Amino acid sequence: MGHFVDRRLNPKDKSLGNRRRFLRRVRNIVKQSVLESVRRRAIADVDQGEQVSVPAGGISEPSFRHASEGGRRERVLPGNKSFRVGDRIAKPKGGAGQGGREGSAEGEGEDDFVFMLSRDEFLDIFFDNLELPDLVKRNLKEIHSTRPRRKGFAVTGTPATLSVERTMRTALGRRIALGRIGNRKMRELVARIRELEALTSPTPAQLAELAELQGQLKRVRQRRRLVPFVDPLDVRYKHYVQEPEPSANAVMFCLMDVSASMGQREKDLAKRFFVLLHLFLRRRYERTDLVFIRHTQVASEVDEETFFHSRETGGTVVSSALVKMKEIIEERYPPSDWNIYAAQASDGENFGGDSKTCAEILDSQLMRLCQYFAYIEIIDEKEAELLTSEDNGMELWRAYLGVSKLWPQFAMKRIAGPADIYPVFRELFEKQREKGHG
Amino acid sequence: MAEVRNEKTLFEGTEWDFDTLHRTYDAIERVALDDLGLDVYTNQIEIISSEQMLDAYSSTGMPQMYRHWSFGKHFIQHEQLYRKGARGLAYEIVINSNPCISYCLEDNTMALQALVIAHAAFGHNHFFKNNHLFRQWSDAEGILDYLEYARDFIARCEEQYGEREVEELLDAAHSLMPSSVFRHRRPIEPSLRDKTRRLRERQAEEERAVYYLWESIDRDRPTAQADEEVQTRKRQMGLPEENILYFVERHSPSLKPWQREILRVLRNIAQYFYPQRQTKMMNEGCACFVHYHIMQTLHAAGRINDGAMFEILHNHTNVLTQPDFDDPRFSDLNPYAIGFAIMQDIQRICDDPTEEDREWFPDIAGSRDWRNVLKDAWANYRDESFVQQFLSPNVIRRLKLFSLVDEEGSPYYTVDAIHDERGYRKIQEVLSQNFSVSMMDPDIQVVDVDLAGDRCLRLRHFKRHGIPLDEKTREKTLANLRHLWGYDVEIDDADADG
Repeated sequence: MGHFVDRRLNPKDKSLGNRRRFLRRVRNIVKQSVLESVRRRAIADVDQGEQVSVPAGGISEPSFRHASEGGRRERVLPGNKSFRVGDRIAKPKGGAGQGGREGSAEGEGEDDFVFMLSRDEFLDIFFDNLELPDLVKRNLKEIHSTRPRRKGFAVTGTPATLSVERTMRTALGRRIALGRIGNRKMRELVARIRELEALTSPTPAQLAELAELQGQLKRVRQRRRLVPFVDPLDVRYKHYVQEPEPSANAVMFCLMDVSASMGQREKDLAKRFFVLLHLFLRRRYERTDLVFIRHTQVASEVDEETFFHSRETGGTVVSSALVKMKEIIEERYPPSDWNIYAAQASDGENFGGDSKTCAEILDSQLMRLCQYFAYIEIIDEKEAELLTSEDNGMELWRAYLGVSKLWPQFAMKRIAGPADIYPVFRELFEKQREKGHG
Repeated sequence: MAEVRNEKTLFEGTEWDFDTLHRTYDAIERVALDDLGLDVYTNQIEIISSEQMLDAYSSTGMPQMYRHWSFGKHFIQHEQLYRKGARGLAYEIVINSNPCISYCLEDNTMALQALVIAHAAFGHNHFFKNNHLFRQWSDAEGILDYLEYARDFIARCEEQYGEREVEELLDAAHSLMPSSVFRHRRPIEPSLRDKTRRLRERQAEEERAVYYLWESIDRDRPTAQADEEVQTRKRQMGLPEENILYFVERHSPSLKPWQREILRVLRNIAQYFYPQRQTKMMNEGCACFVHYHIMQTLHAAGRINDGAMFEILHNHTNVLTQPDFDDPRFSDLNPYAIGFAIMQDIQRICDDPTEEDREWFPDIAGSRDWRNVLKDAWANYRDESFVQQFLSPNVIRRLKLFSLVDEEGSPYYTVDAIHDERGYRKIQEVLSQNFSVSMMDPDIQVVDVDLAGDRCLRLRHFKRHGIPLDEKTREKTLANLRHLWGYDVEIDDADADG
């Protein structure tokens, strides 16, 4: 006797727990390669899977084995062509040509172990020391851009979406329109007929009434058969349409000081700052454009590659970037159609006197157009210990501080390490959360 | 058979459905039971998807396993090979359990499903149920329950003591699993039914450990007395002991009860798989012989059409290819090919023997009773003894087997025997050694430990033919054993041949 069992619909991914344990084991190595690839990738492509290679040593599974050389071994092989007993065959140079059986059985080779990280795993590790709250992490990882929304009723649908109320209402309308007699009326009719029938000596008038009523009852019954209580025509289903979540366009301006004082560390931090904002926007908006503006004493719009990787020399005039941003908005991104976000990273240096101009431009023009403007000042860890108060700082910082008091959507923060980045956005994410609950 | 003949073909085309599977299964079953006279466990055939097959791969083919990163690693390895197309998936996996579970891939064509059912659900199944090693050493009735227990127990330990700690223990224990089977005597306790009793014993053991501490406050003793003490001690601990985890589980001074239980679970699992390693070639040979015979019979009876038979033979030959030693595809002897070749030759010797066969196999040559000869072989032999008994000169000639000696220090390999009159016996002997698991695995035993003294665990590697241990894995494995044992571990060499 044999049984067949169809297991195809059983859950897959039985091995997921093992994979999670494996990733934890190689976490440090994986982390490095994730950070490396964040550096390498374009901001918009950050959240994709990644190929990771792990040295075999860390994940070897040793056991007592025979060495591949040494001692006396004998082995039977197939396919003899011309050998005779006593023939000698030179051993291949460099040793273990023959050691198949006793040699490394599995996974002990020195080759690196290469595998793919999924998008979720990749982001998990990317978020690792950004100190994001879990809710935010979950939000960022979601890709859903549509949500089912009630939109009236339909005549087709699944039983689960059947609207009883609406169905009964249509049925009632139809019954009234087609003149179906209700139960109560019919019961009265039947009762009256019984009553008349029960009379021992009915008068002719009563007999006539009886005949009349019986005829009526017959017609009513017939009618009821023709017009059912609920007809398939009456059935209504709740209708859902997939509606995109706040469907709009956003443009994100990345502004960065690229003068010589911005080194690799500063740029890496800035990039993570930009990536985080971009992830946020991508989730919220259907389309997100990126604009990169770099500046020294003059500002120019560049592509991402140039933005992060090429160096410029020269002074620093921050306002030039803001002016450039203003121009681009006027030219390509009318605020009526676009949600405008800006992220600015700098080391806080500015040309003397320019900071005031910056604050002015922001206050009088840009902040009116922007949904959100985040500014980070990247400082040394040593500096971070010294600059404990928000209030003092360089000219640019002080000028921006004024702006942030006037405009609630202006966020600013000094950061010395990746863990400091998230608080800049805290309000942004909190706003989002309130909306989500509302 | 006559009634089989008059029916129409079982299936047409490549698509399968459950009705066709049932019909085909019944036809195969009739040949297997009535013609071959096989004796099988009840079959449970599960159709699974390729993802599920990969899942099954990574947990050594078992339907449930405890969690460990190494299974995740194996999953990734298999998945990559599969996605790259470097390796196809197995068409089936079969589990030595009662009922006998076999997994068939949903992508198989109907012809393949038929082949796979004959191969796994009857060939392997019969072998599992009848081979003496499986009957004696592995508990087909209890294995699924035991694995479920193992998974739950280890999951509970993870909850209670932390994943990290359990992982460290499993890492260490995994690397000792190959050295932790009883090769010569049956495990003392059959299964986990008396768990609670064992737990109590362990608590008592713990208390005794405290007593050891008192004992270890040293007093000087004369040497003769000390020598005798060593002998008694060894006897009491059952030394020497070949099953390392068993010894550690019983005598480690530092393990907690749950850790001992995990070691026990792991060595039981290792023991369960041990017969499979010892009979790999026979088991596959048996399954191939059975599917080949059944498919041929059904084809001859007109129940499988020519097209399907071509596909079946194509797959059959793929599995049974034995590339020559100088072929780039060559990696090792193909156990499927050797097993099948020997078994087919047994059939030939029984039915149509030559003079040579009568000389080599006087008992069976011409007896015409190959069914019982094979069933007897499947039941009572393992790979090494099977080769020694049944590898015929005819098979040696057909595969052109030769034997090669690799002597340390010599710049040459020497051809020791070829497929000629003088070489047959020699080749039989060497091939039998090549298939002997006890020759493949290093022979390592616990020889001594002074629990009252430095508690250093002493192992000995009994070298055969002067073959040493691999240095790198030896050090890593020793480190793992130290972690388990809690104290120092040493290993030395001794010559096993002397």
